[in-house]
Amino acid sequence: MQRTASAADFNAAQRFFRRASSLLWRRPRVAATVLLAPPMLWFVLIYLAALGILFLSAFWTVDDFTGEIVHQWTLINFETLATSETYRAIAGRTLGIAALVTLTDIVLAFPCAYFMARIAGPRLRATLFVVMLLPIWLSYVARVYAWRLILAHDGVLNWTLHQLGLPAADIGYTNTAMWLVFSYIWLPFMITPIYAAIERVPGSLFEASADLGAKGLRTFVKVTLPLVVPGIIAGSIFTFSLTMGDYITPILIGGPGSSFIGNVVYSNVGIANDIPFAAAFATIPAVVMVAYLFAARRLGAFEMM
Amino acid sequence: MESTFTKWALGIWTALVIVFLFVPIAIIVVYAFNPSHIQTWPLPGLSTRWFPAAWHNREIRHALWLSVKAALLATGISVTLGTAAAFAVHRFKFFGREAVSFIVVLPIALPGVLTGIALNSFFGFWHIGLSYWTIVIGHATFCIVIVYNNVIARLRRISGSLREASMDLGADTFVTFRRITLPMLSTALISGALLAFALSLDEVIVTTFTAGAQNTLPLWIFGAIRLGQRLPEVNVVVTVVMLATLIPVILAYRLMNRAPADTGK
Amino acid sequence: MKATRSQITSAVAGGMAAVLLTLGVAASAAPVKANYPDKIGKGEGQLNLVAWEGYAQDEWVKPFEKQTGCMVHRKYAGSSDEMVALMRQGGGGEYDLVSASGDASLRLIYGGDVQPVDVKLIPAWQDFLPQLKSPPNNTVNGLHYGVSYEWGPNVLLYNTNKVTPKPTSWDAIYSDAYKGQVTVPDNPIQIADAALYLKAHKPELGIKDPYELTRKQLAAAVDLLQKQRPLIKKYWAQASDEIELFKNGDAVVGAAWPYMTNALQKDGVSVADTIPAEGATGWSDTWMLSAHAKHPNCAYKWMQYVSTPKVQAEQAIYFGETPANKEACSAMDKIEKGACHKFHLDAPSSYFDQIYFWKTPRTQCADGQRNCTSYRDWQRAWQRVKG
Repeated sequence: MQRTASAADFNAAQRFFRRASSLLWRRPRVAATVLLAPPMLWFVLIYLAALGILFLSAFWTVDDFTGEIVHQWTLINFETLATSETYRAIAGRTLGIAALVTLTDIVLAFPCAYFMARIAGPRLRATLFVVMLLPIWLSYVARVYAWRLILAHDGVLNWTLHQLGLPAADIGYTNTAMWLVFSYIWLPFMITPIYAAIERVPGSLFEASADLGAKGLRTFVKVTLPLVVPGIIAGSIFTFSLTMGDYITPILIGGPGSSFIGNVVYSNVGIANDIPFAAAFATIPAVVMVAYLFAARRLGAFEMM
Repeated sequence: MESTFTKWALGIWTALVIVFLFVPIAIIVVYAFNPSHIQTWPLPGLSTRWFPAAWHNREIRHALWLSVKAALLATGISVTLGTAAAFAVHRFKFFGREAVSFIVVLPIALPGVLTGIALNSFFGFWHIGLSYWTIVIGHATFCIVIVYNNVIARLRRISGSLREASMDLGADTFVTFRRITLPMLSTALISGALLAFALSLDEVIVTTFTAGAQNTLPLWIFGAIRLGQRLPEVNVVVTVVMLATLIPVILAYRLMNRAPADTGK
Repeated sequence: MKATRSQITSAVAGGMAAVLLTLGVAASAAPVKANYPDKIGKGEGQLNLVAWEGYAQDEWVKPFEKQTGCMVHRKYAGSSDEMVALMRQGGGGEYDLVSASGDASLRLIYGGDVQPVDVKLIPAWQDFLPQLKSPPNNTVNGLHYGVSYEWGPNVLLYNTNKVTPKPTSWDAIYSDAYKGQVTVPDNPIQIADAALYLKAHKPELGIKDPYELTRKQLAAAVDLLQKQRPLIKKYWAQASDEIELFKNGDAVVGAAWPYMTNALQKDGVSVADTIPAEGATGWSDTWMLSAHAKHPNCAYKWMQYVSTPKVQAEQAIYFGETPANKEACSAMDKIEKGACHKFHLDAPSSYFDQIYFWKTPRTQCADGQRNCTSYRDWQRAWQRVKG
């Protein structure tokens, strides 16, 4: 009795699946909708809605004494930002260091990626790949903190310099320290896309160019570099955006005059409870990044991510 | 082709970069054996006494368990949604297809602090208390892209002809999916899932804004570092977690490299 | 004075609420009404605290957990602002109790974030110093929004090897004698410290209360702090930042709490602290109960527990501050001989009165005029200072 029932169930289920299958096959529109609806609903109902609310709240303000949000349209937050020397300086510092970190990482990563893709044998390449990317999976906060131990006045760096008879370096709690640590933390994110881009350049292209008499450097500039640009851009999306949106490294590594946009945002949300002002300030990196992404997609960087 | 000199120069450069990458990590490991809780250099000696201390710390256990739970669910969600989105974008042509790949990338391309406060004020707006679920929502949002990227890259490599052959032989969409597409995708899915899991496990910028009163492991580490009283235990935890992640990460990369790449080219 | 001030503030809050309501906007910005439990029920098994670093140490948390079955989850905050934000996170209710200082407590009360506490359920309250039974920073219209805890002054901390002779003025952190080796809190309320210094050194500014500054006075304090910035190694956000800076030789002098002095001395760093001639700002803390507390019984048990002489004494000696419960004196002496005197619990009330306790700066000055600067002005000014 039971068996027949379940067999019937099974048949019904099978028929259902068959029908669904042929429906999906004949009606690609239905299939696309079925596949696309859940992820898109997730993004639209949660993520984009959240960004939308945030953007709206940039036009609200906060009661001076109780700190509750006052839902009244105002441009006061943007006015404060535009007229204040301090916030301009912070935005400039954030974007400047993010750009510098990106450049540094390109310089550091390119030779490594090139070595991995073109010179190392398959075994060494696989090993290098794992080794270079391993740090990403280790606690980010702890790695930043390790630098604090290295750069402190009586830290590892100065101890080493002292052993070598060199004068002490006093870079703990400075913007230089932040540049160094950011470049360190995000370096692996630059190596992978550049590697992927170089790997895609067919070896025959290099040989053809060499056969035609192009010297090493010219081959590099004329052939390799243009083909690798999308990879570099893909990597720079990560290094630039990750640096720009950080607030932990400035807290742990920075000194006086090291505040980032992220710190102002964090302290306005987590400390001063002034979400509208934080939202207004956060529109700067958002606008910069969206523009950057549009440009990056035109250059084909999305394929490399 | 590159001259011997270039090869050597590049090799040495690569070696130096590796040293740069691993010195701070070595410092963490060394400090895990610091007998004193004061962080001075050089160490006054070596000791393993912080290992049992960390093991018996209730807060660490709680934080670790919460992190693992959140990462598991976030990974599950992002595998489901990321794969679905990748299939839709790869298989079908529809209006706004380009926009999909753009939207999916946004959560990792936009600065983390922005995603963080956006979600924070979103939950506040709807009076949703911060909890395990809000952590998962935050993590899944930026993990989807990891799976999406992995799957779509693999789909581009798999040729469509195999699938069509299967359909011609009478297999329906689901059978084809199970017998043909899924096996070819499996390594991309596994590696994508592992990467998403690891990303979720270590996330701190967004989590700060979505966790409320609870501590995930990275939040505990951040708090402990700032409070300074449990630094040796932090180093122990990081060292142990590092060893534990080593195996799945290496596995993930091996899977990614050993892909059915030949079919595509 | 007490009455007028609370009347004014409640009038302001009431007016504000009215304005918001007429705009048709939901706002909860008013003090919460009393809703006392008849007695303290069974513990809920958990308690979430927001506290100052060092306020929920295992030494007294573990016995509490064992005694009540309430497992304590603590979040240490570095500033009053952070405490207020944490108590409001996710619509409130994430945390049950907060150890708010005077510059946060009124904001929490008028923000509707905390609820009145029935002091009858906390027997030890009877033994509190008279000034701390119903102080204006936690008692509004006769309702107690929490129970006072501990209090103390902000001190000048210095490395005894590097800073000689012993500093007697806050000059030590404003003059360039220790350029690049100074650390001060990353906290807008630090402006009051600068104002206190100016009160003594620039009487022509006419500063009376360091928390009630006109625009001109605020500008002068900001100017002093901006001149101080090149001297700073790091603005510390957490007590441990400063401890680490002193341990690693990065800083030799700074503004601190006695807690740092204790911690550093315990670790063998040669430091000492002092209250300089200009006087000092300070704190008076209150355990406040969240309006949306999920574990009210455990919260009441905690307030009962930490008000007892023994815990008050342990806390005082650990952190380097003074208990609210005067019966804690003998308990303190039992832990450390002479501690009661050392931490001023037996001091005359003039000692209490000479500390400028933290409070939230508001546009309304004490004389009723509205030309003072608000806390938001201070926050913005502080961002200008640290850059």
